[in-house]
Amino acid sequence: MVNVVTSAGQNGVHDFILVRASAIILVAYTLMVAGFFIISPSVTHDLWQSFFANMIVKVATIMALLALLVHAKIGVWQVLSDYVKSALLRASLQFIFSVTLLVYLVFGFLTVWSV
Amino acid sequence: MKKQRPVNIDLTTIKMHPAANASILHRVSGVIMVFAIGILLYTLSTSLTSAEGFAQIQGYLDGIFFKFIIFGCLSALTYHLLAGVRHLMMDLGFFEELSSGNTTAKLTIILWLVISVVIGVWLW
Repeated sequence: MVNVVTSAGQNGVHDFILVRASAIILVAYTLMVAGFFIISPSVTHDLWQSFFANMIVKVATIMALLALLVHAKIGVWQVLSDYVKSALLRASLQFIFSVTLLVYLVFGFLTVWSV
Repeated sequence: MKKQRPVNIDLTTIKMHPAANASILHRVSGVIMVFAIGILLYTLSTSLTSAEGFAQIQGYLDGIFFKFIIFGCLSALTYHLLAGVRHLMMDLGFFEELSSGNTTAKLTIILWLVISVVIGVWLW
């Protein structure tokens, strides 16, 4: 019997695909925001706010935060399981980082919600 | 079964080739990003709440400390993204040989440095 040591998906293959699928969303979002800065010579408050008031940008932001939750959850798990040998410490750190990532999601959601 | 093979895990005696440097930088930049996202989200939230908040962030960005923090976040993001794209290309079967892998590793690091300079110039 092989122990299943996986972080977000049901198995290693699932994790592998989740990291890559979320990465593609994060690249697309990064390019979108970078594109905004490239085509806007000077970013004013009105311009900045109208960009995030756009429904497409709101949905993209929340999608990116969901992708980040999955992507970083697996990434943190990979790093912790390589370097932290104590099971208690590893689980504690994993918990703290997972909660932090959830806070990011909710915080970002409320931020774009209120624009 | 116990294999009697020579094992060297002393990192100080191991010569890092370009692909190894690209790999560890990807990991380091990933860990930095976990914290950087928090800073970027705080910046986003404050700048979107009100005109005062936006001006506040602009004021922070005039200071060298916050500017450097934001530069660090964007530079780490740039590296993580570029190295991630390299990974995706390797998943598709490209640049998997020793020499081509090292070439793309060098290219990734050079491209990262160039884009970082561009971001630095844009911020300052």
